[in-house]
Amino acid sequence: MSAVVLELKSISKRFGTLLANDDISLNLHRGEVLALLGENGAGKSTLVSILFGHYTADAGEIEVFGQRLAAGDPKAALAAGIGMVHQHFTLADNLSALDNVMMGSEPLSQPFTRRRAARTRLDEVARRFGLGVDPAALVGKLSVGERQRVEILKALYRGACILILDEPTAVLTPAESEALFEVLAQMVAQGLSIIFISHKLGEVLRVSDRIAVLRSGKLVAQASARETTQAQLALWMVGHAIDAPSRHPAGTIGEPVCVLQQVSAGSGRERLQEVSLSLQAGEIVAIAGVSGNGQGTLAELLSGMRVPASGRIEFLGQTLPAEPGQLVALGVARIPEDRHQIGVIGDLPIWENAASERLHSPHFSRWGWVRRSAAQAYAQRVLAAFDVRGGGAATAARSLSGGNMQKLILGRALTHPSTSAVTAAVIARSEATRQSMSASKDMDRHAPLAMTKGGLAMTNAVHAMTGTAPRLIVAHQPTWGLDIGAVAYVQAQLIAARDAGAAVLLISDDLDEVLTLGDRVAVIHGGHLTPALPALEWTRESIGLAMAGGEVTA
Amino acid sequence: MRLEKRNQTSPRALLLAPIGAVLFTLLVSSLLVLWAGAPLARTYGLLLQGGFGSVFALSETLTRAIPLMLTGLAATVAFKARLFNIGAEGQLYVGALAAIAVGGLHDGVGLALPPAVLFVLMMLAAALAGALLLLGPALMKARLGVDEVVTTLLLNFIVLLLVSLMLDGPMKDPTAMGWPQSVALMGELELSKLIPQTRVHSGLLCGIALAVGLWALLKYTVLGFDIRAVGANARAASFAGVSVTRTVVLVAMLSGALAGLAGAIEVAGRTSYLTLDMSPGYGYTGIVIAMLAALHPLGVVAASVFVAGVLVGADSMSRAIGVPTYIADVIVAASLISVLVATLLTQYRVRWK
Repeated sequence: MSAVVLELKSISKRFGTLLANDDISLNLHRGEVLALLGENGAGKSTLVSILFGHYTADAGEIEVFGQRLAAGDPKAALAAGIGMVHQHFTLADNLSALDNVMMGSEPLSQPFTRRRAARTRLDEVARRFGLGVDPAALVGKLSVGERQRVEILKALYRGACILILDEPTAVLTPAESEALFEVLAQMVAQGLSIIFISHKLGEVLRVSDRIAVLRSGKLVAQASARETTQAQLALWMVGHAIDAPSRHPAGTIGEPVCVLQQVSAGSGRERLQEVSLSLQAGEIVAIAGVSGNGQGTLAELLSGMRVPASGRIEFLGQTLPAEPGQLVALGVARIPEDRHQIGVIGDLPIWENAASERLHSPHFSRWGWVRRSAAQAYAQRVLAAFDVRGGGAATAARSLSGGNMQKLILGRALTHPSTSAVTAAVIARSEATRQSMSASKDMDRHAPLAMTKGGLAMTNAVHAMTGTAPRLIVAHQPTWGLDIGAVAYVQAQLIAARDAGAAVLLISDDLDEVLTLGDRVAVIHGGHLTPALPALEWTRESIGLAMAGGEVTA
Repeated sequence: MRLEKRNQTSPRALLLAPIGAVLFTLLVSSLLVLWAGAPLARTYGLLLQGGFGSVFALSETLTRAIPLMLTGLAATVAFKARLFNIGAEGQLYVGALAAIAVGGLHDGVGLALPPAVLFVLMMLAAALAGALLLLGPALMKARLGVDEVVTTLLLNFIVLLLVSLMLDGPMKDPTAMGWPQSVALMGELELSKLIPQTRVHSGLLCGIALAVGLWALLKYTVLGFDIRAVGANARAASFAGVSVTRTVVLVAMLSGALAGLAGAIEVAGRTSYLTLDMSPGYGYTGIVIAMLAALHPLGVVAASVFVAGVLVGADSMSRAIGVPTYIADVIVAASLISVLVATLLTQYRVRWK
């Protein structure tokens, strides 16, 4: 076994009552890829932030090449040869790749930058690791994969020999991910060491030599990638088995609910060009694609945030109004991509967020005055029915965890205010079921999902009777960044809503999700949408090809 | 050093923050008082007495608090929606100008209307003038993304020149021995005094009523929700169906109207004519008051009385022992900064390295 380059010794970090890292000890060897696997909130980011000096550990220390690393000092980490590639790039779009690499690494005391020397060095680093990027190109014009290469070059240019990659494949196409993995292989072959953070089991097994699994701040397992399996990793990561929502085909497909005809809108990367699509009652149409290929514009069009520049969107035979309030009143349920920035208003209490979409409607206001008790009661119903935990109706929405925030958004989108009395009874029953199930300790983990299926079926029956079920659900990256349990919950809800007769549009850059949930699948690339074909007619390869802009042959 | 977000704020910190802020303010001002060579205890004693120590002192403080309350409310409602209206000073002056235009003794008489009707018209005109003055910057912000801080701030100077033009021209009082001063307001339109032999006028009640009204508006109405939602997160508000442009325009009208009313009430309650030095920066001080009150309309009432008390008290203290009245500005400014820092520290902790 080769030399240890990095050693974490008993690292602990506490935030208030939360123990984010609990006595974690880890080694990294020369020429090794170590995967750090864990759900959101498992403590991966905290650990890496401590390593890179953004946080100071409460206890424990770090040794790099046998030298103790000064705590809480990013400069010391850089000097010791630790480089970090963040998930969200820290590049200036209006500068060239070379400028971005040089930025911050040139001393302020010299009058001129040494561009020629820098360029030579950059070329050399790029050649050595097979990271081809045009140094003169503006970063804003580069593809996401190329930008990531600039980020990696930036770290290597500064002499990093330990590279931390934070969820590097989240923004890449399958082909770009493969290219990245090849670069990583080349880097470790040259003696670099890599920490690869991810929650995707498949790619962790594919790319790493060794895997460390974190759960609730603790290091629960370490294993060689060759000697473990996805199932084993999932069990370590979650601590218990998870039933994935079972894929079952759509029942009867109903009338078209929403039809896009030759719709163009937006500009730049998010431009949508002559997109046609029909969404029918009782089916899930999934849109696959690397994010930033027009999905945002498509979601905005169907959420009432934008009007088409040309073409027409028909909803139940009428032109779709471009006003969120009217859309919601017509039965469009919307789940936006960015739950923190767009889905909720973090400073406002949960009850106002729950009622916000319909606050202007007679359900929640009269003569301009908010019917506070009606809105608060509605929020209580949503919280109970969708098992939102972590705060009461008066708590600020920002204090909710990502999963609970998403349940709140989902809940308000799927719960019609006028079903009050009947639904309340249904919810009370499902709540009772949940509690009786929770009584048994090992049933507890499965309860939410089981409750969802039972409770939702009842809720759906009520909705169907009163004609208040959503007709169209527009879900944009609804499970992004959620832990496995919350993912299963959200997906089960979407399936249940489909079975209750809603047309569901699911926009996701997670291929697994697209293939699990989609009854029909279309791929978006460069603003163009392929025809929506039955999911079984696609293979991972043909989707991957279409995501990269290839012709659809299926 | 670095700021790290606290997971939760302890109740003890919330209690200690304002106390710490007051102590820090006193400390900073004490250094200046000592530098001026005055005895500390006596200086603060005189300041307190001059601001709040007698019926007369209190009446002067409340008189001074009235325009501050209104401009404070104007800033509060605008800032709630993240419309940074720095132009309350100008809106106050156009409000005063409109009040004189409607209710002034032009050519020695005035408009021949019943005083009650004229009074309502006067107040409406002042509110409308202030509102319209802010409408331009608000529309430019909402439609074109023009920074309202710049436009509203610069409009203040344009308005002062306009007032100067009017005071030397069409509205000039011919009996003022050449001073740039407007014609007087009709006597019937002046606000009644609350306490005989003092200057406190019924504008105070008006200010308090508006504060309560604004509090109820923000808390209980759909428009109030829209305002808070747009201020907290305009993109999310827009996703929830709030029209951001409409809200910003309505907030601008409301904020401008409140500042315009401040001008009319000042003319009708205190000066009874308009001069160029009517407001010693009430519009700007209103911003300080709004921040001191943490953008709470009822807090604005308390903050405006506090600030007015310090200003009035410093005047009388200065006459007694010669510490310059500017100490009042230092106290107000230091208290604002300390309150902001204290609030920040309840949410973040400082990590020294």
